[in-house]
Amino acid sequence: MATTNVATENGLSLSTAATPGEVQIKPLTMNFGPQHPAAHGVLRLVMEMDGEIVERADPHIGLLHRGTEKLIEYKTYTQATPYFDRLDYVSPMSMEHTWVLAVEKLLGITPPKRGQYIRVLFAEITRVLNHLLNLTTFALDVGAITPALWGFEEREKLMEFYERVSGARLHANYFRPGGVNLDLPAGLADDIAAYFDTFPKFIADLEGLLTENRVFKQRTVDIGVVSATDALAWGFTGPMLRGSNVAWDLRKAQPYDSYEEFDFDIPVGLTGDCYARYLVRMEEMKQSMHIIRQALDKLSKTPGPVKLNDRKVTPPTRGEMKRSMEALIHHFKLYTEGYHVPAGDTYTATESPKGELGVYLVADGTNRPYRCKIRPTGFSHLQAMDFMSKGHMLADAVAIIGSMDIVFGEIDR
Amino acid sequence: MSDEALKELGDYIGNALGAAVVKTEIAHGELAVTLTRAALFKGIQFLRDDSTTHCELLADIAGVDYPDRPERFEVVYNLLSVKHNHRIRVKVATDEDTPVASIVSLYPVAGWFEREAWDLYGIFFADNPDLRRILTDYGFEGHPLRKDFPLTGFVELRYDAEQRRVVYEPVKLTQDFRSFDFLSPWEGMTDVQLPGDEKAVIPLAARPAIADKR
Repeated sequence: MATTNVATENGLSLSTAATPGEVQIKPLTMNFGPQHPAAHGVLRLVMEMDGEIVERADPHIGLLHRGTEKLIEYKTYTQATPYFDRLDYVSPMSMEHTWVLAVEKLLGITPPKRGQYIRVLFAEITRVLNHLLNLTTFALDVGAITPALWGFEEREKLMEFYERVSGARLHANYFRPGGVNLDLPAGLADDIAAYFDTFPKFIADLEGLLTENRVFKQRTVDIGVVSATDALAWGFTGPMLRGSNVAWDLRKAQPYDSYEEFDFDIPVGLTGDCYARYLVRMEEMKQSMHIIRQALDKLSKTPGPVKLNDRKVTPPTRGEMKRSMEALIHHFKLYTEGYHVPAGDTYTATESPKGELGVYLVADGTNRPYRCKIRPTGFSHLQAMDFMSKGHMLADAVAIIGSMDIVFGEIDR
Repeated sequence: MSDEALKELGDYIGNALGAAVVKTEIAHGELAVTLTRAALFKGIQFLRDDSTTHCELLADIAGVDYPDRPERFEVVYNLLSVKHNHRIRVKVATDEDTPVASIVSLYPVAGWFEREAWDLYGIFFADNPDLRRILTDYGFEGHPLRKDFPLTGFVELRYDAEQRRVVYEPVKLTQDFRSFDFLSPWEGMTDVQLPGDEKAVIPLAARPAIADKR
């Protein structure tokens, strides 16, 4: 029998079947993004909607694909580091961290203690920086604007520390194979300590706005629930995995850069919903604060070089170059040809603020990487979008995306 | 993990999988097992389900291109055991035409990683339910991470004001990409006459001519 299509006022396409009283609703296909403020960048989500219920969500990614992995194959190891800043531009130094550890592993070098502590210090500052952006924009997605305004002010202060140590607010290029580029400038350690004295007050204020907020809880509790088994099968890492009650953190399980000397706890969420992931991130910021204090304490007791004293890998200082011909030659060779990395391959991963950021690096003995596969964190999280949002309302899909902490710089590479 | 523990684990996998294991390597404190292509699915299923290996998390799938090998592509699976805190790397070789078994039914996360390897390398995964391109543009041609794909690509796009849309055009560069050969810096220079350096080195090709003049 013939059916007629009726377009209703709200855009739903209704096909009226012949049987009286029976209305069949065709699923509505809807484009979410790529220019939607809640899409966190350039996510294009093709959704099939049954009324306001999500039936299927198909993320289309790659709109920010820049061919980072291909470009790295054509650059020396030194030139490749800045590309990592541009992966997850919300936590640049954590991205560099994986890269320098991978190169160090193939070179078989270990940076001096002071260099390792500085890296830990800035990796944790980066974690606070990342969680501040994620939690506050997540709150913005579900309707709270004040946290974002407050959080951005604090982020600006933390990025000032970035600027003082590396000269750049975002794309630092500060971690180098063999240590870090330069020692902390005079007074920076005191200023970081002073800042983190005021930080608990800020965290308390932020928690006061959100944690027991009725609207915030209504929007996040029991939304996007992931069981521990599902989280592992879908390759979740970081706060996404810990939110589902799996106590897994690479800083504890496979410590790198002297993380085993630091005392900190791994928070886990029990419910696996958006609210649990929020709580995990909030607690991680407090734990990062503890690590930062310990790192500052260790740094005050550990004088010495911040990078390896091996002229075949790390460049000499300016002062040395003015006097020593050999230093000048080393500098020239390192910045033109670079160093040659022995052939081999490694998969090195660190606990970036978003989860496990891995680099599968294949070296062929030349001065350029043969292959550098970056294992992005958000890639596997976003892939689970379909099963996480199925059966939820459209507005909940926004909350789920917010709780995933996705940044397209690293997903699209 | 210590190298002895990794060796033990490698031997255990070797015994259990038998002829499926082509090679076991331990380097930089990491275990890599090369499997035959036919046994890949069974092998990874074993690594996931066995109580000693127990790799419940697939961290990554990477394609690598070695154009000199008879089977040019290598697919590298990085598995992680959260329970036992170890990583196992599984490698398998393939070429442009031969499909690799998809492991989506074992790890749902493999879906996008396989799509990525298909997109960037053209490695075909049999039985992947949704093997579309993922990172490149809609309608993109070629597989950009292959070693024979140029860094600059073949097409560039711009907004055309007349047609009022984005158009693709062949790449036009004002300066070619400069790739320096650092592997033989001095040998490469012996046959070149550098400007201002005429007295120091006489290039081989120019020698008879100079001798004639004298």
